[in-house]
Amino acid sequence: MLGKLTWDAIPLEQPIPMIASGVVALTILAILGWVVIKGHLPYLWREWITSVDHKRIGVMYTLLAMVMLLRGFADAIMMRMQQSVAFHSQGFLPPEHYDQIFSAHGTIMIFFVAMPFMIGLMNFVVPLQLGVRDVAFPTLNSVGFWLTATGALLVNISLVIGEFARNGWLPYPPLSELAYSPGVGVDYYLWSLEISGAGTLVAGINLVTTVLKVRTKGMNYLRMPMFCWTTLATNLLIVAAFPILTATFAMLLLDRYLGFHFFTNEAGGNVMMFVNLIWAWGHPEVYILVLPAFGIFSEVISTFSGKPLFGYRSMVAATMAICILSFMVWLHHFFTMGAGADVNAIFGIATMIIAVPTGVKVFNWLFTMYGGRVRFQTPLLWSIGFMVTFIIGGMTGVLLAVPPADFVLHNSLFLVAHFHNVIIGGVLFGAFAGYTYWFPKAFGFKLHEGLGRAAFWCWLIGFYVAFMPLYVLGLLGMTRRMQHYDVAQWRPWLIVAACGATLIMCGIAFQIAQLVVSIRQRAQLRDETGDPWDGRSLEWATTSPPPAFNFAFLPEVTGEDAFWQFKKRAAEQPGAEEMPEYRDIEIPRNSATGFVCAFFATVMGFALIWHIWWMVAVGAIGAFATFVVFAWRDHDEDTVPADEVARIDGSSRAQRHAILSREAAE
Amino acid sequence: MNILDPQGPIGAAEKTILIDSLGIMLAIVLPTIVAIFAFAFWFRASNTRASYLPNWKYSGRIELVVWSVPALTVILLGGVAWLGAHHLDPPKPIEGSDKPLTIQAVSLDWKWLFIYPDHKVATINTLTVPAGVTLQFQLTSASVMNAFFIPQLGSMIYTMNGMATRLNLRADASGTFQGLSTQFSGDGFADMHFDVHVVSPEQFSKWAQDASNAGKSLDERSYQQIAKPSMKNEPEIYRLADPDIFASVVSQKLPPSPGMQAGVKGASPRTEAADAR
Repeated sequence: MLGKLTWDAIPLEQPIPMIASGVVALTILAILGWVVIKGHLPYLWREWITSVDHKRIGVMYTLLAMVMLLRGFADAIMMRMQQSVAFHSQGFLPPEHYDQIFSAHGTIMIFFVAMPFMIGLMNFVVPLQLGVRDVAFPTLNSVGFWLTATGALLVNISLVIGEFARNGWLPYPPLSELAYSPGVGVDYYLWSLEISGAGTLVAGINLVTTVLKVRTKGMNYLRMPMFCWTTLATNLLIVAAFPILTATFAMLLLDRYLGFHFFTNEAGGNVMMFVNLIWAWGHPEVYILVLPAFGIFSEVISTFSGKPLFGYRSMVAATMAICILSFMVWLHHFFTMGAGADVNAIFGIATMIIAVPTGVKVFNWLFTMYGGRVRFQTPLLWSIGFMVTFIIGGMTGVLLAVPPADFVLHNSLFLVAHFHNVIIGGVLFGAFAGYTYWFPKAFGFKLHEGLGRAAFWCWLIGFYVAFMPLYVLGLLGMTRRMQHYDVAQWRPWLIVAACGATLIMCGIAFQIAQLVVSIRQRAQLRDETGDPWDGRSLEWATTSPPPAFNFAFLPEVTGEDAFWQFKKRAAEQPGAEEMPEYRDIEIPRNSATGFVCAFFATVMGFALIWHIWWMVAVGAIGAFATFVVFAWRDHDEDTVPADEVARIDGSSRAQRHAILSREAAE
Repeated sequence: MNILDPQGPIGAAEKTILIDSLGIMLAIVLPTIVAIFAFAFWFRASNTRASYLPNWKYSGRIELVVWSVPALTVILLGGVAWLGAHHLDPPKPIEGSDKPLTIQAVSLDWKWLFIYPDHKVATINTLTVPAGVTLQFQLTSASVMNAFFIPQLGSMIYTMNGMATRLNLRADASGTFQGLSTQFSGDGFADMHFDVHVVSPEQFSKWAQDASNAGKSLDERSYQQIAKPSMKNEPEIYRLADPDIFASVVSQKLPPSPGMQAGVKGASPRTEAADAR
């Protein structure tokens, strides 16, 4: 009846996951209870869960990422603690548990923190920057989000029911084959990423189409803000790379479920094919994460320097060059497989070539500050922290691209330090910069500045204290994923690294405090103008938060930095603002399709993991039926009548005029 | 374990490349970091002496410089990578050595089996090698992927079932160094390390002579016992009864390890591991 699922699947004898999941479950229940008792459930259902508004979906993606960051960080700090005590001892985590923790940490941080954070910001910002009312496929967008959430949910269910994968964030066969990993851990991993990967793919299709086809009048490609360009590049990469991931995992699933031999030791299976395929996705994935961050930094540095981005066309060229080159370097992840000198050298050099457009970007940010009036608010602090940190990470990355250097540093903690250097210093700092920068646009009030600064400094210093020792450890020959060790000279560095992780924890605590305090003080932090940072692109042209239809009139763009030009024109000719005629606006109708589909996907995923075949059928039929119902809908748009548009827009215009005249009077 | 304290020509050459490449990059990275701080500080909004150029966004000359500086660096470094990858390709024989010593390495769950086919010796989790002689490694795996690495001698290389990889190393001076697996291979991974005793060629001959008379012998039957998963294995020495063991593993005549026993939650071969201790 329940396949492989029995009471044995619940790890009652292991206190750490039981307590952790107990706390999480209680928190979720408490929040749900509060929502139900306070009567917020209908509101949540109507305004968020079934919403197809790109802004709401963007916010939910970001929220998912932040919640999962807590989970991923809990794993991280356990690893640091374990390694700081596991000298000549087993520490507090046995191998079968420690191995799950590092696997979960990597999987969660990449797929359920970095990815949804970036996709969330892109979703929220890009249509606003393009001056349009929505993305190309609003309901598909909702499906994409909820499928990502399904993946995250399945990974977390593995804490309580069964186990998670124990072979690292990428399941290299044959270790991940049924013979060597007979448990359900790898199945949890594979099915959550198959489902969330499908979600990511539809998000990618949606955003590519949006940037290519849905832009306001006059928004030529070379007038788009830099963030839209990096969004285009990122989503092209998603569309090209994620099918590889899905297909590779599908092959591994066929091996595990139906006795195929794609990657097994026996019967002609080939592990090297898996390693090549997974990195053919894996290297573009790195740029899928970091390109949106590059876009965010471009926006932030330009805004807070009060200047246009230096070398805009160069930046566009660099972005697209990275987009293409990122597919040509995958082999540098396994120089030590013995491919031969020519192959290694060619891929090493190809890797270095990516450093050229990346270097150009750094220089262009530098020259964007030149001649500016640089305001050191939190988003800019993250950006400067990023520039310095990312250069160091990029340098160690190029070092690893030199095959002979990689022969002694591959898989070492030097490598671990390198990719955290670029992922924390690049992607996460970018996400935090974007979160702080666009928060007032999403919610109508700014985040608390002082607590934001405190969080920044804790993260920055914590990062250096946690990861610089890892570079040293790599040079001392320490490899990654060690549950314990006997080398005395490693230990002091591991203890320092654990202190760094603690500092980062303080940074996260400040971020939570910042959110709480900002919500409580939202009246003082209110952004009435819609343009709290003296912005340059169109998202600042509408109110904070924007109405459901974003813009009462679609703006007409005549050059780069569209909103900056509007402001300049308005300052030159005050009172020249014309009042166009209000029209009815059609907005896409809310739909439960995404949520219901994801519900059935969760059921199906769980059932597949535990071999509960009847439940697989229920999930599959349910998801398909949801799709059919959606496809046969008659009514897919709601109309906001012109009067309503006039009322909303009129009141915000009046408010803006009041502020402007107040400022003029002062 | 310090790779910056190499004990042989491969490790030394790799250290040189590592430091040279770092030097080449620091030459542009350090000035850039200084410039970031300098620009951000000088152009701070409160600095009234700094000029404000609100519309300055393009300069052909600067563009030329920002594209060419990283490009030139990469051309230089690409040369280092090309030459280094060829000069230090793991299967390439080491120049200036006479007759090499062949050592066959098999990664098992979770220990290393080393075979000296010319001396009819096999060991578990310990290597004894002569100083100044090229060590010609042939490597494979009996089950999952691992990587063989002696940090102070240089280059690591993967071990994979059904395939043999090759690696040449040399230790120049006597001493005891450590080797380990650097590709995660499961629960017993952390204990897949071994001591490497580098001794004089005379001492090595004597050691090999003694070892080839060891009480325990390695043949297909004892191999199958050894190949069972076990953790924290102490070093052991065997007399090599079947000189074709390595070839049998590579050709899968000796089939890959059948893996772990299926349990509900996972693959812990707890009982066997306990036996081995």
